[in-house]
Amino acid sequence: MPAVQETVDQVRRIDVDQYKYGFETIIESDKAPKGLNDDTVRFISAKKNEPQWMLDWRLDAYRRWQTMREPNWAKVHYPPIDYQDLYYYSAPKKKDGPKSLDEIDPEILETYRKLGIPLRETEALLGIQRPAGEAADGGENGESGESGYGRRVAVDAVFDSVSVATTFKEELAKVGVLFMPISEALQKHPDLVKQYLGTVVPVTDNFFATLNAAVFSDGSFVYVPPGVRCPMELSTYFRINERNTGQFERTLIIADKGSYVSYLEGCTAPSRDENQLHAAVVELIALDDAEIKYSTIQNWYPGDKNGKGGVYNFVTKRGDCRGARSKISWTQLETGSAITWKYPSCILRGDDSRGEFYSIAISNGHQQVDSGTKMIHLGKNTISRIISKGISAGQSQNTYRGLVSAHRKAKGARNFTNCDSLLIGDKCGAHTVPYIEAKNASAVIEHEATTSKISEATLFYCRQRGLSAEEAVALVVNGFVKDVLQTLPMEFAVEAQKLISVSLEGSVG
Amino acid sequence: MALLEIKNLHVSVDGKQILNGLDLVVENGQVAAIMGPNGSGKSTLAHVLAGKADYEVTQGQVLFDGEDLLALAPDERAAKGVFLAFQYPLEIPGVATMTFLRTALNAQRKKRGQEELSAPDFNRRVFDAAGKLGIERDMLRRGVNVGFSGGEKKRNEVLQMALLEPRLCVLDETDSGLDIDALKVVSEGVNRLRAPNRAFVVITHYQRLLDHIVPDVVHVLSRGRIARTGGKELAHELEAQGYAQYQEAVAS
Repeated sequence: MPAVQETVDQVRRIDVDQYKYGFETIIESDKAPKGLNDDTVRFISAKKNEPQWMLDWRLDAYRRWQTMREPNWAKVHYPPIDYQDLYYYSAPKKKDGPKSLDEIDPEILETYRKLGIPLRETEALLGIQRPAGEAADGGENGESGESGYGRRVAVDAVFDSVSVATTFKEELAKVGVLFMPISEALQKHPDLVKQYLGTVVPVTDNFFATLNAAVFSDGSFVYVPPGVRCPMELSTYFRINERNTGQFERTLIIADKGSYVSYLEGCTAPSRDENQLHAAVVELIALDDAEIKYSTIQNWYPGDKNGKGGVYNFVTKRGDCRGARSKISWTQLETGSAITWKYPSCILRGDDSRGEFYSIAISNGHQQVDSGTKMIHLGKNTISRIISKGISAGQSQNTYRGLVSAHRKAKGARNFTNCDSLLIGDKCGAHTVPYIEAKNASAVIEHEATTSKISEATLFYCRQRGLSAEEAVALVVNGFVKDVLQTLPMEFAVEAQKLISVSLEGSVG
Repeated sequence: MALLEIKNLHVSVDGKQILNGLDLVVENGQVAAIMGPNGSGKSTLAHVLAGKADYEVTQGQVLFDGEDLLALAPDERAAKGVFLAFQYPLEIPGVATMTFLRTALNAQRKKRGQEELSAPDFNRRVFDAAGKLGIERDMLRRGVNVGFSGGEKKRNEVLQMALLEPRLCVLDETDSGLDIDALKVVSEGVNRLRAPNRAFVVITHYQRLLDHIVPDVVHVLSRGRIARTGGKELAHELEAQGYAQYQEAVAS
């Protein structure tokens, strides 16, 4: 049939250029020698000019890490990682640290352009003022930004390991919001960092988190003072760019009493042969009545069509609803990486606190995703909500793994979980592994799950109306994930929709 | 030149021969009814015209406006103006009908090298067409066919037909599952679309649909080929006598 030939051609075309972000920027970098030992840790700490306590903390983590073993319970398979064959620190060469955006390497800015980062954010990155009216919402904490499109985005760009540009900092400073690279926070606000770092994800939490504690290079630090509603979305773009460089970001966000902050993280990385290790740690702390919304779009290199290469993504993300009536909401769109091992979680410690997890995880080609969440109910009348949409295509494996736990004192805890899986083709797999623990009789935990296959009949219906095979899949999938897509900030929603289409290219035929 | 010309078409599904040397000509502006007993190949014909996979054309030719239709992918056929009104329209959860209509129309326009429609222009066309079919705006915001009654689904098919302005409309058992009121609304919708530059292939088992959509010509399909052709009165004859003679005639 001619239709088959057309599909074959289409798939062939896509293979050539499947990962359109697969380019590499050539910038001289400043690297630690390969391998990991005490000296590597000291090198990184010295590079950052860190206080002694921080170095001690890192060294302690490193010693503990040496006694730990890589976890193997996830449904992912990969060859052993040689931790001595990686670089643990790589920074773009710089003069004395950029004083203004003019000093940013034009190649880095070009990289952002190639990534198709929306004009709004590029402007933000370039420090261009928004037109009057839109720019007026930055002042006091208030109802600004509700209009969606008018909202601005502050970008703290992490290029490999060092944050190279921070914008809108002054405006944030006006309302007392601290938003800066964590290395800078260690210099300027060491007490805040010391008070909160490692209090949500302890140094000994797990193999990858402990490794991160030893060698983390940089990341973002956010502190929102009591009663302040952060006047803009905070956004960070991470890129993995140096060959064989592990990426170990560390992000710490603290929302003090009655404050609100929305943080966006978006990622994409260049194509390469060797697998790249990425082990980030994100800690969120919400005090009384505070709210943190954390959104991620992850689009790292997933490997080629034979499953070669791609990023290994072992991430520990956890939020602590430490105060009463606090709220933490995770939204993620995971489309990239060869391996994803990631469970953004909430500890619902404060009474009446609330945790949410909205996830879209798409796997194609040979990708392996093992992702989900943990909702740990400790406080009274705590509420959690989990909406997970997994889409598997190609020869990928996609697992939802989640824990809902209501402790003895968590009277009146409530959870609602909905896990839907969609299969495209007949060589992929979808798995749902929910763990549920209720240690008191008043807890109410609901779990719903469905698995469905995208039907040929539905695709044919769409194609009969004029959609190409891939447009049809994208449309059906966008419908499937709609509930979660709606929880993304407006800035990302359109981009996310496009990304879903790109991720599923070559999944039919 | 005829709009649609089918010559000696042989089609098999899973190795089973369904169409067996079918010849059919449909002229521009014509409404051609295809009637026949169950299993005679009516739906197969509809699906082959639309390009559904799993139908193997072993012999023969289909020309649409003189062009080899079988060489085109389903979406290319759609863009050229082939529309199939499904017997069982599919549900697409989470995709608003409005979004589906816009995506479909713009996909077709893009393939034809036309500009996308502006939002106000598009909305005006949809609301206009929906109004005539008694489709509420609320229905346009709901997921495609999700929770629609049988009648609503068929009306939605006619809405798409009206909006996409095809040149050849194939109606596959559009009357199935419709009560008499819904049948009227749908038929009136179809009749409004009759035009000198548009042809209809109306596939049905029963004559009652043809009381509302009056055909110019009636073909009887039996055992994978056209067994008889006549005027609209042929439908009444079939209604009175049944299909038995055609099944026996070929079987013997």
